[in-house]
Amino acid sequence: MILIKNGHVVDPSQGIDGICDILIEDGKIKETRIRDAEYGNETTNTASPSFTKGGRQGITDSEPQTIDARDMLIMPGLVDMHVHLREPGFEYKETIKTGTEAAVRGGITAVCCMPNTNPVNDNPGITEFILTRAVQEGSCSVFPIGAVTKGQKGEELAELGMMFDAGCIAFSDDGRPVMDSIVMRRALEYSRIRKALIISHAEDMALAAGGVMNEGLLSVTLGLRGIPAKAEEVMISRDIALAELTGGRLHIAHVSAAGSVEVIRAAKKRGIAEITAETCPHYFSITEAAVTGYNANAKVNPPLRTTKDMDAIKEGLHDGTVDVIATDHAPHHKDEKTGEFDNAPSGIAGLETSIGLSIRLVEDRVLTISQLVEKMSCAPARILGLPDKKGTLRPGADADIAILDAKKEYTVNAAGFRSKGRNTPFDGWTLKARPVVTIAKGRIYTWE
Amino acid sequence: MSLRSKDLISIKDLSAAEIELILETAAGFKDVLGRDIKKVPALRGKTTVNLFYEPSTRTRTSFEVAAKRLSTDVINIAISTSSVVKGETLLDTAKTVLALGADIVVIRHGCSGTPHFLAKNIDASVVNAGDGTNEHPTQALLDLFTMKECKGRIEGLDVAIVGDILHGRVAKSNIYALTKLGATVRLIGPPTLVPDCLKDLGVSIYCDMNEGLEGVDVIMMLRIQLERQGKGFFPSTHEYFRNWGLTATRVARAKEDAIIMHPGPMNRGIEIASEVADSSRSVILDQVTNGIAVRMAVLYLVSGVRG
Repeated sequence: MILIKNGHVVDPSQGIDGICDILIEDGKIKETRIRDAEYGNETTNTASPSFTKGGRQGITDSEPQTIDARDMLIMPGLVDMHVHLREPGFEYKETIKTGTEAAVRGGITAVCCMPNTNPVNDNPGITEFILTRAVQEGSCSVFPIGAVTKGQKGEELAELGMMFDAGCIAFSDDGRPVMDSIVMRRALEYSRIRKALIISHAEDMALAAGGVMNEGLLSVTLGLRGIPAKAEEVMISRDIALAELTGGRLHIAHVSAAGSVEVIRAAKKRGIAEITAETCPHYFSITEAAVTGYNANAKVNPPLRTTKDMDAIKEGLHDGTVDVIATDHAPHHKDEKTGEFDNAPSGIAGLETSIGLSIRLVEDRVLTISQLVEKMSCAPARILGLPDKKGTLRPGADADIAILDAKKEYTVNAAGFRSKGRNTPFDGWTLKARPVVTIAKGRIYTWE
Repeated sequence: MSLRSKDLISIKDLSAAEIELILETAAGFKDVLGRDIKKVPALRGKTTVNLFYEPSTRTRTSFEVAAKRLSTDVINIAISTSSVVKGETLLDTAKTVLALGADIVVIRHGCSGTPHFLAKNIDASVVNAGDGTNEHPTQALLDLFTMKECKGRIEGLDVAIVGDILHGRVAKSNIYALTKLGATVRLIGPPTLVPDCLKDLGVSIYCDMNEGLEGVDVIMMLRIQLERQGKGFFPSTHEYFRNWGLTATRVARAKEDAIIMHPGPMNRGIEIASEVADSSRSVILDQVTNGIAVRMAVLYLVSGVRG
């Protein structure tokens, strides 16, 4: 048994935003009890509170392992529905072991791993391999995302039904779009056999034309090939049209641009299809200016955009157009990110800075803390069909919990990442809300 | 006065005064080139490495002549880009070059930003001899030198740059240098090759060649890379010449004493008519000669700055 007491619990799934005690038993939440106001006052002024005082406040238990979370922020473990764990095939970039260690360091207790491994996760065998590895070596829950098409080639549908039954939680050709419209149509249509989610990496490759950063004055003056924001918007528009045509479940990955937010907002207003969308911390934290000086750690796909886009992403998060914050954690080896900008692979290692960057949205009054937890935990759990297990502290849910020090500042040190990937443009940034305890798979993780 | 940086990477990084300094220094070296003994001992004992990842005859030769006129030892290393993919990283190559004793590394590379990367990572002076579609700073400096020689000034000149601005590193370095020194810049070419956003740099943009050339002091033609046609930037070289080729009729739109420039190598009949290229208004060969003086100035000045 584990008892977490005195912490400020935010769990939008139950409408909780206050001082609570949480009792965990056998890897599940047993009880979440709100302290009354009288006791809340007492916790702020006494050095050694006793939660059993009065016999009615707090949870009483004989001998639980107790975590005193005074002044800490507690939330259901974060659910990151967009992660590259790189295993099998690219273990020099990341493994299921190191990737999930990085996740729990970032307060993330469930990750969905994209299929662009080698071999590609396009059949039940690979899915089973990932799940087995995750059980053996993973620090948190791992939910594989299967490829939409065989080999992610965009030509023939992969075995979506069998992969779903083997444990794939959604399907995506992430890293590449499904360029052929008829293939995407069939995917959205066929995936209805399991009501499975199709995640779109929305990029018109022809329009992107081999670009390496956002298209605009900066790309021209840096001499780098640009990817217009419209390359994303065009593809999102197509996929929305196809979702409306087929009745498939569509989730738009890593939304980066103002026009994209606009078309998703309009589609949601029409309400014809079930459409959800995610963005990543880097799209609301920095702009294309980070590329200046040919900083390959700021090379990411879709590319960092402009202040106008950043504002639109925030507006989309605020008004609910963008449902989810995911990391698109894309670890790469240092050698790959060193040298010619053109040749560096795209991606940011984001697991360990996600909550720190995202909580700035609360300070900036873009989101309330409850809305933030909703977007980083409850909403992804719901979209992935896990609302009873993940993204909630309701009794019976998995005991996945993040405990953060919301006030204390710390400096991001990429060299100290648990991830093998140190490719981040946020090295040296001062952030808050670093997880101090993460509970995942029934285990307690603490650092220093 | 001296330069602030040990490297010459980008015109963007230079102040107007630094550009003027390079041009003045180049004028001195041009006198040297006119003498019977064309060599000075200014950099004797130094070693210049020409590290060329892209084929180049004229720029590499120009740098080589400039370095030799300053009495430095010159080592030419040509690396075919295809073998780089599998082989040594840029940084390893650079470190090897340093270990060979290079004081100055002149680099040309097909990827934008490589000289910046090199300059950050090695102690030798790095001179950009053209990086991707970013900049070609010494070409712009020699172009300005030539304009100043012909017109006596840069400030107030009306300069038309014609052709592929999007991919044109020569064009970009010229835009930065000319605007810094107070010239007026017009860009002329098909909209597929002249991004509208460049207006934000204070230049004007024309699709129509005749309109764009009206009353200019300088016509700077750019080489059209023939492979752009296959990418759909324009339908054919024939159509390109019809719209943006420099003919005698079009030259007549410019000022009577306007000069015609081209960084070379020219595509005769595609971007420029032979009768114009070979006319008395053409200063194309002066550009080549001035290139040596300007590159001597650059090598000399960066050597004077210890990073």
